[in-house]
Amino acid sequence: MPRELWITFVEFVRTFGALTLFLVELLIQVPRVFVRRFRLIVAQVYNAGSLSLVIIMVCGAFVGGVLALQGYANLTRFNAEDAVGIFAGFALIKELGPVITALLFAGRAGTALASEIGLMKATDQLSAMEMMAVDPIRRVVLPRFLGGVIAMPLLTAVFSMIGLLGAHMVGVMLLSIDVGAFWQQMQSTLDLRDVSEGILKSVVFGVIASLLAVWEGYNAIPTAEGVSRATTRTVVLTAIAVLITDFMITAWFLR
Amino acid sequence: MLRREMNAPRDNIVEIRDLHFSRGARKIFDGLNVDIKRGQVTAIMGPSGTGKTTLLRLITRQLRPDHGTIVVDGVDIANLNKAELYKLRKRFGMLFQNGALLTDLSVFENVAFPLREHTNLSNRLIRHVVLTKLHAVGLRGAADMMPGELSGGMARRVALARAMATDPDILIYDEPFVGLDPISMGVIVRLVRRMNDALGISSILVSHDVDEISTVSDCSYLLSDGKVAASGSPDELNRASSELVRQFMHGMADGPVAFHFAAPDYAEQLLGRDSE
Repeated sequence: MPRELWITFVEFVRTFGALTLFLVELLIQVPRVFVRRFRLIVAQVYNAGSLSLVIIMVCGAFVGGVLALQGYANLTRFNAEDAVGIFAGFALIKELGPVITALLFAGRAGTALASEIGLMKATDQLSAMEMMAVDPIRRVVLPRFLGGVIAMPLLTAVFSMIGLLGAHMVGVMLLSIDVGAFWQQMQSTLDLRDVSEGILKSVVFGVIASLLAVWEGYNAIPTAEGVSRATTRTVVLTAIAVLITDFMITAWFLR
Repeated sequence: MLRREMNAPRDNIVEIRDLHFSRGARKIFDGLNVDIKRGQVTAIMGPSGTGKTTLLRLITRQLRPDHGTIVVDGVDIANLNKAELYKLRKRFGMLFQNGALLTDLSVFENVAFPLREHTNLSNRLIRHVVLTKLHAVGLRGAADMMPGELSGGMARRVALARAMATDPDILIYDEPFVGLDPISMGVIVRLVRRMNDALGISSILVSHDVDEISTVSDCSYLLSDGKVAASGSPDELNRASSELVRQFMHGMADGPVAFHFAAPDYAEQLLGRDSE
Protein backbone atom coordinates (compact mmCIF):
# COMPACT_ATOMS: atom_id res chain seq x y z
CA MET A 1 0.00 0.00 0.00
CA PRO A 2 2.63 2.63 0.86
CA ARG A 3 4.38 1.62 -2.33
CA GLU A 4 1.26 2.23 -4.42
CA LEU A 5 0.74 5.58 -2.75
CA TRP A 6 4.33 6.47 -3.54
CA ILE A 7 3.86 5.50 -7.19
CA THR A 8 0.68 7.58 -7.39
CA PHE A 9 2.53 10.48 -5.81
CA VAL A 10 5.46 10.21 -8.23
CA GLU A 11 3.01 9.95 -11.13
CA PHE A 12 1.23 13.09 -9.94
CA VAL A 13 4.46 15.05 -9.62
CA ARG A 14 5.57 13.90 -13.05
CA THR A 15 2.28 14.88 -14.69
CA PHE A 16 2.28 18.22 -12.89
CA GLY A 17 5.81 18.87 -14.11
CA ALA A 18 4.95 17.93 -17.68
CA LEU A 19 1.87 20.13 -17.54
CA THR A 20 3.94 23.06 -16.29
CA LEU A 21 6.49 22.58 -19.06
CA PHE A 22 3.64 22.40 -21.57
CA LEU A 23 2.28 25.71 -20.23
CA VAL A 24 5.73 27.31 -20.46
CA GLU A 25 6.08 26.05 -24.04
CA LEU A 26 2.72 27.60 -24.86
CA LEU A 27 3.47 30.90 -23.16
CA ILE A 28 6.81 31.32 -24.95
CA GLN A 29 5.01 31.20 -28.28
CA VAL A 30 2.14 33.48 -27.32
CA PRO A 31 3.52 36.76 -28.76
CA ARG A 32 4.37 35.17 -32.11
CA VAL A 33 1.03 33.41 -32.41
CA PHE A 34 -0.82 36.53 -31.31
CA VAL A 35 0.68 38.50 -34.16
CA ARG A 36 0.61 35.86 -36.88
CA ARG A 37 -2.57 33.99 -36.10
CA PHE A 38 -4.76 36.67 -34.62
CA ARG A 39 -7.74 35.61 -36.75
CA LEU A 40 -7.58 32.04 -35.48
CA ILE A 41 -7.60 33.31 -31.90
CA VAL A 42 -10.62 35.51 -32.56
CA ALA A 43 -12.40 32.53 -34.11
CA GLN A 44 -11.63 30.45 -31.03
CA VAL A 45 -12.81 33.16 -28.62
CA TYR A 46 -16.04 33.16 -30.59
CA ASN A 47 -16.17 29.35 -30.51
CA ALA A 48 -15.49 28.92 -26.82
CA GLY A 49 -17.55 31.95 -25.86
CA SER A 50 -20.64 31.35 -27.94
CA LEU A 51 -20.63 27.64 -27.06
CA SER A 52 -20.96 28.44 -23.37
CA LEU A 53 -22.90 31.69 -23.46
CA VAL A 54 -26.42 30.33 -23.26
CA ILE A 55 -25.87 27.89 -20.41
CA ILE A 56 -23.84 30.54 -18.58
CA MET A 57 -26.73 33.00 -18.80
CA VAL A 58 -29.40 30.50 -17.78
CA CYS A 59 -27.36 29.17 -14.87
CA GLY A 60 -26.39 32.70 -13.82
CA ALA A 61 -30.01 33.79 -13.60
CA PHE A 62 -31.00 30.82 -11.46
CA VAL A 63 -27.96 30.99 -9.19
CA GLY A 64 -28.73 34.68 -8.59
CA GLY A 65 -32.36 33.81 -7.87
CA VAL A 66 -31.39 31.12 -5.37
CA LEU A 67 -28.98 33.48 -3.63
CA ALA A 68 -31.80 36.01 -3.19
CA LEU A 69 -34.16 33.35 -1.83
CA GLN A 70 -31.63 31.91 0.60
CA GLY A 71 -30.36 35.34 1.58
CA TYR A 72 -33.86 36.60 2.22
CA ALA A 73 -34.95 33.52 4.18
CA ASN A 74 -31.96 33.68 6.51
CA LEU A 75 -31.39 37.43 6.77
CA THR A 76 -35.01 38.19 7.76
CA ARG A 77 -34.29 36.37 10.99
CA PHE A 78 -31.95 39.23 11.87
CA ASN A 79 -34.15 41.86 10.27
CA ALA A 80 -31.45 42.40 7.70
CA GLU A 81 -33.28 41.53 4.49
CA ASP A 82 -31.98 44.74 2.92
CA ALA A 83 -28.57 43.13 2.94
CA VAL A 84 -29.63 40.58 0.30
CA GLY A 85 -28.00 42.83 -2.31
CA ILE A 86 -24.65 42.75 -0.53
CA PHE A 87 -24.94 39.03 0.05
CA ALA A 88 -25.69 38.24 -3.58
CA GLY A 89 -23.09 40.69 -4.84
CA PHE A 90 -20.29 39.29 -2.71
CA ALA A 91 -21.19 35.70 -3.41
CA LEU A 92 -21.47 36.18 -7.17
CA ILE A 93 -18.59 38.50 -7.88
CA LYS A 94 -16.01 36.94 -5.55
CA GLU A 95 -16.91 33.26 -5.56
CA LEU A 96 -19.76 31.78 -7.50
CA GLY A 97 -19.28 33.81 -10.68
CA PRO A 98 -15.73 32.63 -11.42
CA VAL A 99 -16.12 29.13 -9.96
CA ILE A 100 -19.40 28.13 -11.58
CA THR A 101 -18.44 29.74 -14.88
CA ALA A 102 -15.22 27.71 -14.88
CA LEU A 103 -17.09 24.48 -14.14
CA LEU A 104 -19.68 25.16 -16.84
CA PHE A 105 -16.94 26.21 -19.25
CA ALA A 106 -15.10 22.94 -18.61
CA GLY A 107 -18.27 20.97 -19.22
CA ARG A 108 -19.24 22.77 -22.40
CA ALA A 109 -16.19 24.29 -24.14
CA GLY A 110 -13.44 22.28 -22.40
CA THR A 111 -14.83 18.91 -23.44
CA ALA A 112 -15.34 20.20 -26.98
CA LEU A 113 -11.70 21.34 -27.13
CA ALA A 114 -10.32 18.11 -25.69
CA SER A 115 -12.33 15.84 -27.96
CA GLU A 116 -11.68 17.98 -31.04
CA ILE A 117 -7.91 17.95 -30.54
CA GLY A 118 -7.98 14.29 -29.52
CA LEU A 119 -9.88 13.33 -32.66
CA MET A 120 -7.54 15.40 -34.83
CA LYS A 121 -4.73 13.38 -33.33
CA ALA A 122 -6.55 10.07 -33.80
CA THR A 123 -7.20 10.84 -37.48
CA ASP A 124 -3.55 11.80 -38.13
CA GLN A 125 -4.43 15.45 -38.74
CA LEU A 126 -1.79 16.62 -36.27
CA SER A 127 0.83 14.33 -37.86
CA ALA A 128 -0.18 15.63 -41.29
CA MET A 129 0.40 19.19 -40.10
CA GLU A 130 3.80 18.27 -38.71
CA MET A 131 4.62 16.65 -42.03
CA MET A 132 3.65 19.88 -43.78
CA ALA A 133 6.11 21.65 -41.46
CA VAL A 134 3.29 23.35 -39.57
CA ASP A 135 3.61 23.19 -35.80
CA PRO A 136 0.28 21.90 -34.42
CA ILE A 137 1.01 23.68 -31.15
CA ARG A 138 0.96 27.00 -32.98
CA ARG A 139 -1.79 26.19 -35.44
CA VAL A 140 -4.19 24.15 -33.30
CA VAL A 141 -3.38 24.14 -29.60
CA LEU A 142 -2.37 27.73 -28.85
CA PRO A 143 -5.26 29.52 -30.58
CA ARG A 144 -7.70 27.28 -28.70
CA PHE A 145 -5.89 27.82 -25.42
CA LEU A 146 -5.81 31.60 -25.86
CA GLY A 147 -9.42 31.63 -27.02
CA GLY A 148 -10.43 29.96 -23.76
CA VAL A 149 -8.25 32.23 -21.63
CA ILE A 150 -9.78 35.32 -23.22
CA ALA A 151 -13.34 34.00 -23.17
CA MET A 152 -13.40 32.94 -19.50
CA PRO A 153 -13.25 36.41 -17.85
CA LEU A 154 -15.84 37.68 -20.32
CA LEU A 155 -18.15 34.77 -19.56
CA THR A 156 -17.59 35.29 -15.83
CA ALA A 157 -18.62 38.93 -16.20
CA VAL A 158 -21.77 37.88 -18.05
CA PHE A 159 -22.53 35.23 -15.42
CA SER A 160 -22.17 37.66 -12.52
CA MET A 161 -24.20 40.33 -14.26
CA ILE A 162 -27.06 38.01 -15.13
CA GLY A 163 -26.80 36.55 -11.62
CA LEU A 164 -27.28 40.00 -10.09
CA LEU A 165 -30.23 40.60 -12.37
CA GLY A 166 -31.67 37.26 -11.26
CA ALA A 167 -31.19 38.22 -7.63
CA HIS A 168 -32.87 41.54 -8.37
CA MET A 169 -35.83 39.84 -10.00
CA VAL A 170 -36.38 37.42 -7.14
CA GLY A 171 -35.39 39.75 -4.29
CA VAL A 172 -36.90 43.03 -5.41
CA MET A 173 -39.74 42.02 -7.66
CA LEU A 174 -40.85 38.83 -5.88
CA LEU A 175 -39.89 39.33 -2.25
CA SER A 176 -40.34 43.12 -2.26
CA ILE A 177 -36.95 44.08 -0.90
CA ASP A 178 -36.39 47.81 -1.27
CA VAL A 179 -34.74 48.35 -4.66
CA GLY A 180 -32.69 51.29 -3.41
CA ALA A 181 -31.33 49.31 -0.48
CA PHE A 182 -30.60 46.33 -2.68
CA TRP A 183 -28.34 48.17 -5.13
CA GLN A 184 -27.11 51.04 -2.91
CA GLN A 185 -25.78 48.77 -0.19
CA MET A 186 -24.12 46.53 -2.72
CA GLN A 187 -22.48 49.50 -4.38
CA SER A 188 -21.15 51.03 -1.19
CA THR A 189 -19.84 47.79 0.30
CA LEU A 190 -18.25 46.03 -2.65
CA ASP A 191 -14.94 47.69 -3.41
CA LEU A 192 -12.32 47.40 -6.09
CA ARG A 193 -10.42 44.75 -4.14
CA ASP A 194 -13.46 42.46 -4.18
CA VAL A 195 -14.01 42.93 -7.88
CA SER A 196 -10.34 42.40 -8.68
CA GLU A 197 -10.40 39.18 -6.67
CA GLY A 198 -13.21 37.98 -8.94
CA ILE A 199 -11.36 39.07 -12.07
CA LEU A 200 -8.11 37.45 -10.95
CA LYS A 201 -9.95 34.21 -10.24
CA SER A 202 -11.66 34.23 -13.61
CA VAL A 203 -8.34 34.70 -15.40
CA VAL A 204 -6.59 31.98 -13.39
CA PHE A 205 -9.51 29.57 -13.86
CA GLY A 206 -9.54 30.41 -17.57
CA VAL A 207 -5.89 29.38 -17.81
CA ILE A 208 -6.54 26.19 -15.81
CA ALA A 209 -9.65 25.11 -17.72
CA SER A 210 -8.20 25.85 -21.17
CA LEU A 211 -4.80 24.37 -20.36
CA LEU A 212 -6.24 21.11 -19.06
CA ALA A 213 -8.58 20.83 -22.04
CA VAL A 214 -5.88 21.28 -24.70
CA TRP A 215 -3.40 19.18 -22.69
CA GLU A 216 -5.78 16.27 -22.35
CA GLY A 217 -6.73 16.47 -26.03
CA TYR A 218 -3.14 16.78 -27.22
CA ASN A 219 -1.97 13.86 -25.08
CA ALA A 220 -5.02 11.67 -25.63
CA ILE A 221 -4.40 8.08 -26.67
CA PRO A 222 -5.46 8.22 -30.34
CA THR A 223 -8.39 5.79 -30.11
CA ALA A 224 -12.11 6.22 -29.48
CA GLU A 225 -11.65 5.08 -25.90
CA GLY A 226 -8.63 7.32 -25.37
CA VAL A 227 -10.46 10.42 -26.60
CA SER A 228 -13.50 9.71 -24.43
CA ARG A 229 -11.28 9.24 -21.41
CA ALA A 230 -9.48 12.51 -22.17
CA THR A 231 -12.83 14.30 -22.34
CA THR A 232 -13.93 12.94 -18.97
CA ARG A 233 -10.59 13.71 -17.37
CA THR A 234 -10.82 17.30 -18.61
CA VAL A 235 -14.00 17.91 -16.63
CA VAL A 236 -12.90 16.07 -13.50
CA LEU A 237 -9.41 17.56 -13.34
CA THR A 238 -10.66 21.08 -14.07
CA ALA A 239 -13.24 20.84 -11.29
CA ILE A 240 -10.64 19.67 -8.77
CA ALA A 241 -7.98 22.16 -9.86
CA VAL A 242 -10.40 25.09 -9.92
CA LEU A 243 -11.78 24.39 -6.44
CA ILE A 244 -8.31 23.96 -4.92
CA THR A 245 -6.99 27.14 -6.56
CA ASP A 246 -10.13 28.97 -5.50
CA PHE A 247 -9.37 28.15 -1.89
CA MET A 248 -5.78 29.31 -2.27
CA ILE A 249 -6.65 32.62 -3.92
CA THR A 250 -9.40 33.34 -1.37
CA ALA A 251 -7.03 32.62 1.50
CA TRP A 252 -4.39 34.84 -0.08
CA PHE A 253 -6.82 37.76 -0.41
CA LEU A 254 -7.90 37.39 3.25
CA ARG A 255 -4.39 37.16 4.66
CA MET B 1 38.66 16.68 -55.03
CA LEU B 2 37.03 15.64 -51.81
CA ARG B 3 34.95 18.76 -51.84
CA ARG B 4 33.60 18.12 -55.27
CA GLU B 5 32.59 14.65 -54.26
CA MET B 6 30.71 16.00 -51.31
CA ASN B 7 28.86 18.52 -53.43
CA ALA B 8 28.07 16.13 -56.21
CA PRO B 9 24.44 15.02 -56.15
CA ARG B 10 24.19 11.69 -54.40
CA ASP B 11 22.54 8.76 -56.07
CA ASN B 12 20.56 7.95 -52.98
CA ILE B 13 18.12 10.49 -51.64
CA VAL B 14 17.52 8.39 -48.53
CA GLU B 15 20.04 6.02 -46.97
CA ILE B 16 19.11 3.86 -44.01
CA ARG B 17 21.90 2.01 -42.24
CA ASP B 18 21.69 -0.59 -39.48
CA LEU B 19 18.30 0.65 -38.25
CA HIS B 20 16.96 -0.76 -34.99
CA PHE B 21 13.58 0.13 -33.61
CA SER B 22 11.24 -1.50 -31.12
CA ARG B 23 7.82 -0.76 -29.72
CA GLY B 24 7.80 -1.96 -26.15
CA ALA B 25 9.19 -5.47 -26.13
CA ARG B 26 8.41 -6.02 -29.82
CA LYS B 27 11.36 -5.57 -32.14
CA ILE B 28 10.20 -4.03 -35.40
CA PHE B 29 13.49 -3.34 -37.16
CA ASP B 30 16.63 -5.28 -36.50
CA GLY B 31 19.50 -3.94 -38.57
CA LEU B 32 17.60 -2.65 -41.59
CA ASN B 33 19.51 -1.25 -44.60
CA VAL B 34 17.59 0.52 -47.36
CA ASP B 35 18.64 2.89 -50.16
CA ILE B 36 16.07 5.06 -51.90
CA LYS B 37 17.40 6.13 -55.28
CA ARG B 38 16.96 9.67 -56.49
CA GLY B 39 14.38 10.13 -59.23
CA GLN B 40 12.92 6.66 -58.90
CA VAL B 41 9.77 5.12 -57.50
CA THR B 42 10.80 2.86 -54.65
CA ALA B 43 8.30 0.48 -53.12
CA ILE B 44 8.42 -0.86 -49.58
CA MET B 45 6.44 -4.08 -49.37
CA GLY B 46 5.86 -6.64 -46.71
CA PRO B 47 3.22 -8.59 -44.86
CA SER B 48 1.00 -6.67 -42.41
CA GLY B 49 2.72 -5.71 -39.21
CA THR B 50 6.25 -5.60 -40.62
CA GLY B 51 6.52 -1.91 -39.82
CA LYS B 52 6.14 -0.36 -43.26
CA THR B 53 4.31 2.70 -41.97
CA THR B 54 6.71 2.85 -39.04
CA LEU B 55 9.57 3.05 -41.54
CA LEU B 56 7.95 6.06 -43.22
CA ARG B 57 7.54 7.73 -39.85
CA LEU B 58 11.20 7.08 -39.11
CA ILE B 59 12.32 8.54 -42.45
CA THR B 60 10.36 11.72 -41.75
CA ARG B 61 11.46 11.66 -38.08
CA GLN B 62 7.99 11.49 -36.65
CA LEU B 63 9.66 8.67 -34.71
CA ARG B 64 13.28 8.29 -33.68
CA PRO B 65 15.23 5.05 -34.14
CA ASP B 66 16.76 3.24 -31.18
CA HIS B 67 19.94 2.79 -33.11
CA GLY B 68 21.27 3.37 -36.64
CA THR B 69 21.34 6.30 -39.06
CA ILE B 70 18.91 7.74 -41.56
CA VAL B 71 20.43 10.15 -44.06
CA VAL B 72 18.10 12.23 -46.23
CA ASP B 73 19.82 13.98 -49.12
CA GLY B 74 23.17 13.95 -47.33
CA VAL B 75 21.79 15.11 -43.97
CA ASP B 76 21.68 12.86 -40.92
CA ILE B 77 18.20 13.63 -39.63
CA ALA B 78 18.94 12.51 -36.08
CA ASN B 79 20.79 15.74 -35.31
CA LEU B 80 18.34 18.29 -36.72
CA ASN B 81 16.68 20.79 -34.41
CA LYS B 82 13.02 21.64 -34.88
CA ALA B 83 13.59 24.50 -37.31
CA GLU B 84 15.94 22.45 -39.47
CA LEU B 85 13.59 19.49 -39.35
CA TYR B 86 10.66 21.62 -40.51
CA LYS B 87 12.84 23.05 -43.28
CA LEU B 88 13.59 19.51 -44.41
CA ARG B 89 9.96 18.48 -44.15
CA LYS B 90 8.93 21.23 -46.55
CA ARG B 91 10.70 19.11 -49.16
CA PHE B 92 8.50 16.11 -48.31
CA GLY B 93 4.98 15.50 -49.42
CA MET B 94 3.21 12.75 -47.55
CA LEU B 95 0.02 10.91 -48.29
CA PHE B 96 -1.40 9.34 -45.15
CA GLN B 97 -3.26 6.04 -45.14
CA ASN B 98 -6.61 7.63 -44.29
CA GLY B 99 -5.94 10.96 -46.01
CA ALA B 100 -5.66 12.93 -42.76
CA LEU B 101 -7.49 15.91 -44.24
CA LEU B 102 -8.17 18.76 -41.83
CA THR B 103 -11.83 18.26 -41.09
CA ASP B 104 -12.62 21.90 -40.35
CA LEU B 105 -11.45 23.11 -43.76
CA SER B 106 -13.02 22.62 -47.19
CA VAL B 107 -11.33 20.53 -49.87
CA PHE B 108 -10.04 23.71 -51.50
CA GLU B 109 -8.65 25.08 -48.24
CA ASN B 110 -7.05 21.74 -47.42
CA VAL B 111 -5.03 21.83 -50.62
CA ALA B 112 -4.32 25.53 -50.12
CA PHE B 113 -3.22 24.93 -46.51
CA PRO B 114 0.52 24.32 -47.07
CA LEU B 115 0.63 27.19 -49.58
CA ARG B 116 -0.99 29.62 -47.19
CA GLU B 117 1.31 28.47 -44.39
CA HIS B 118 4.60 28.63 -46.25
CA THR B 119 4.27 31.09 -49.10
CA ASN B 120 3.16 34.66 -49.65
CA LEU B 121 1.38 33.88 -52.90
CA SER B 122 -1.59 36.02 -53.81
CA ASN B 123 -5.06 34.54 -53.47
CA ARG B 124 -5.36 34.47 -57.25
CA LEU B 125 -2.21 32.41 -57.63
CA ILE B 126 -3.15 30.06 -54.78
CA ARG B 127 -6.51 29.50 -56.44
CA HIS B 128 -4.76 28.71 -59.68
CA VAL B 129 -2.37 26.21 -58.09
CA VAL B 130 -5.08 24.53 -56.00
CA LEU B 131 -7.42 24.09 -58.95
CA THR B 132 -4.57 22.66 -61.05
CA LYS B 133 -3.71 20.11 -58.38
CA LEU B 134 -7.36 19.19 -57.81
CA HIS B 135 -7.83 18.80 -61.54
CA ALA B 136 -4.90 16.38 -61.66
CA VAL B 137 -6.68 14.07 -59.22
CA GLY B 138 -10.03 14.63 -60.92
CA LEU B 139 -11.69 16.46 -58.05
CA ARG B 140 -11.80 20.07 -59.21
CA GLY B 141 -15.58 19.85 -58.94
CA ALA B 142 -15.38 18.88 -55.28
CA ALA B 143 -13.44 21.99 -54.25
CA ASP B 144 -16.22 23.37 -52.07
CA MET B 145 -17.09 20.12 -50.31
CA MET B 146 -16.07 19.35 -46.74
CA PRO B 147 -13.86 16.30 -46.00
CA GLY B 148 -16.74 14.64 -44.15
CA GLU B 149 -18.75 14.53 -47.37
CA LEU B 150 -16.08 12.64 -49.32
CA SER B 151 -15.75 8.90 -49.75
CA GLY B 152 -12.54 7.26 -48.57
CA GLY B 153 -11.08 7.11 -52.05
CA MET B 154 -11.94 10.74 -52.79
CA ALA B 155 -10.40 11.85 -49.49
CA ARG B 156 -7.20 10.04 -50.44
CA ARG B 157 -7.12 11.79 -53.81
CA VAL B 158 -7.61 15.20 -52.16
CA ALA B 159 -4.79 14.31 -49.77
CA LEU B 160 -2.64 13.48 -52.78
CA ALA B 161 -3.42 16.88 -54.30
CA ARG B 162 -2.44 18.47 -50.98
CA ALA B 163 0.80 16.48 -50.80
CA MET B 164 1.69 17.77 -54.28
CA ALA B 165 0.67 21.36 -53.59
CA THR B 166 4.10 22.67 -52.68
CA ASP B 167 5.91 20.66 -55.38
CA PRO B 168 7.98 18.55 -52.97
CA ASP B 169 11.23 16.74 -53.85
CA ILE B 170 10.19 13.51 -52.18
CA LEU B 171 6.66 12.16 -52.23
CA ILE B 172 5.77 9.51 -49.70
CA TYR B 173 2.69 7.37 -50.14
CA ASP B 174 1.37 5.25 -47.30
CA GLU B 175 -0.88 2.54 -48.77
CA PRO B 176 -2.19 4.75 -51.61
CA PHE B 177 -4.18 1.99 -53.33
CA VAL B 178 -6.25 0.65 -50.45
CA GLY B 179 -9.98 1.15 -50.90
CA LEU B 180 -9.80 2.68 -54.38
CA ASP B 181 -12.09 1.48 -57.14
CA PRO B 182 -10.31 0.09 -60.23
CA ILE B 183 -10.74 3.33 -62.20
CA SER B 184 -9.31 5.60 -59.50
CA MET B 185 -6.64 3.03 -58.85
CA GLY B 186 -5.50 3.08 -62.48
CA VAL B 187 -5.51 6.88 -62.50
CA ILE B 188 -3.54 7.12 -59.27
CA VAL B 189 -1.02 4.52 -60.39
CA ARG B 190 -0.38 6.46 -63.59
CA LEU B 191 -0.31 9.72 -61.65
CA VAL B 192 2.35 8.43 -59.27
CA ARG B 193 4.52 7.39 -62.19
CA ARG B 194 3.91 10.51 -64.26
CA MET B 195 4.56 12.94 -61.44
CA ASN B 196 7.73 11.17 -60.50
CA ASP B 197 9.07 11.39 -64.04
CA ALA B 198 7.68 14.76 -65.11
CA LEU B 199 8.68 16.64 -61.96
CA GLY B 200 11.92 14.75 -61.43
CA ILE B 201 11.04 13.87 -57.84
CA SER B 202 11.67 10.72 -55.86
CA SER B 203 8.78 8.62 -54.60
CA ILE B 204 8.56 6.18 -51.73
CA LEU B 205 5.56 3.94 -51.78
CA VAL B 206 4.38 1.61 -49.07
CA SER B 207 1.92 -0.99 -50.20
CA HIS B 208 1.11 -4.65 -50.35
CA ASP B 209 -0.73 -4.48 -53.66
CA VAL B 210 1.80 -6.56 -55.55
CA ASP B 211 0.26 -6.05 -59.01
CA GLU B 212 0.07 -2.25 -58.78
CA ILE B 213 3.56 -2.05 -57.33
CA SER B 214 4.87 -4.07 -60.23
CA THR B 215 3.50 -1.61 -62.77
CA VAL B 216 4.69 1.52 -61.03
CA SER B 217 7.91 0.90 -59.12
CA ASP B 218 11.52 0.90 -60.30
CA CYS B 219 12.80 -0.90 -57.26
CA SER B 220 11.10 -2.75 -54.43
CA TYR B 221 12.15 -3.79 -50.98
CA LEU B 222 10.40 -6.68 -49.31
CA LEU B 223 10.59 -6.45 -45.53
CA SER B 224 10.30 -9.37 -43.16
CA ASP B 225 11.39 -9.92 -39.56
CA GLY B 226 12.82 -6.43 -39.27
CA LYS B 227 15.18 -6.85 -42.20
CA VAL B 228 15.14 -6.61 -45.97
CA ALA B 229 14.18 -10.07 -47.19
CA ALA B 230 14.63 -9.23 -50.86
CA SER B 231 15.10 -6.23 -53.11
CA GLY B 232 15.25 -5.43 -56.79
CA SER B 233 13.07 -4.55 -59.74
CA PRO B 234 9.58 -6.11 -59.93
CA ASP B 235 10.84 -8.60 -62.52
CA GLU B 236 13.71 -9.67 -60.33
CA LEU B 237 11.38 -10.18 -57.39
CA ASN B 238 8.95 -12.15 -59.50
CA ARG B 239 11.72 -14.47 -60.57
CA ALA B 240 13.21 -14.75 -57.10
CA SER B 241 13.61 -18.26 -55.82
CA SER B 242 13.34 -17.47 -52.12
CA GLU B 243 10.27 -19.08 -50.64
CA LEU B 244 9.27 -15.97 -48.70
CA VAL B 245 9.39 -13.77 -51.78
CA ARG B 246 7.39 -16.27 -53.78
CA GLN B 247 4.81 -16.62 -51.07
CA PHE B 248 4.36 -12.87 -50.86
CA MET B 249 4.46 -12.09 -54.58
CA HIS B 250 1.99 -14.83 -55.43
CA GLY B 251 -0.21 -14.52 -52.36
CA MET B 252 0.13 -18.11 -51.12
CA ALA B 253 -1.23 -19.12 -47.72
CA ASP B 254 1.56 -21.59 -46.98
CA GLY B 255 5.13 -20.51 -46.66
CA PRO B 256 7.59 -19.00 -44.23
CA VAL B 257 5.15 -16.23 -43.27
CA ALA B 258 2.54 -17.80 -40.99
CA PHE B 259 -1.03 -16.70 -41.65
CA HIS B 260 -1.99 -17.61 -38.07
CA PHE B 261 -0.84 -15.50 -35.16
CA ALA B 262 0.92 -17.60 -32.53
CA ALA B 263 -1.77 -19.54 -30.60
CA PRO B 264 -2.16 -22.70 -28.54
CA ASP B 265 -3.12 -25.94 -30.27
CA TYR B 266 -6.47 -25.55 -32.06
CA ALA B 267 -8.05 -28.86 -31.01
CA GLU B 268 -6.83 -28.58 -27.44
CA GLN B 269 -8.27 -25.08 -27.14
CA LEU B 270 -11.66 -26.03 -28.61
CA LEU B 271 -11.89 -28.92 -26.19
CA GLY B 272 -11.10 -26.55 -23.37
CA ARG B 273 -8.06 -28.51 -22.27
CA ASP B 274 -5.67 -25.57 -22.51
CA SER B 275 -7.12 -23.93 -19.39
CA GLU B 276 -6.61 -26.94 -17.16
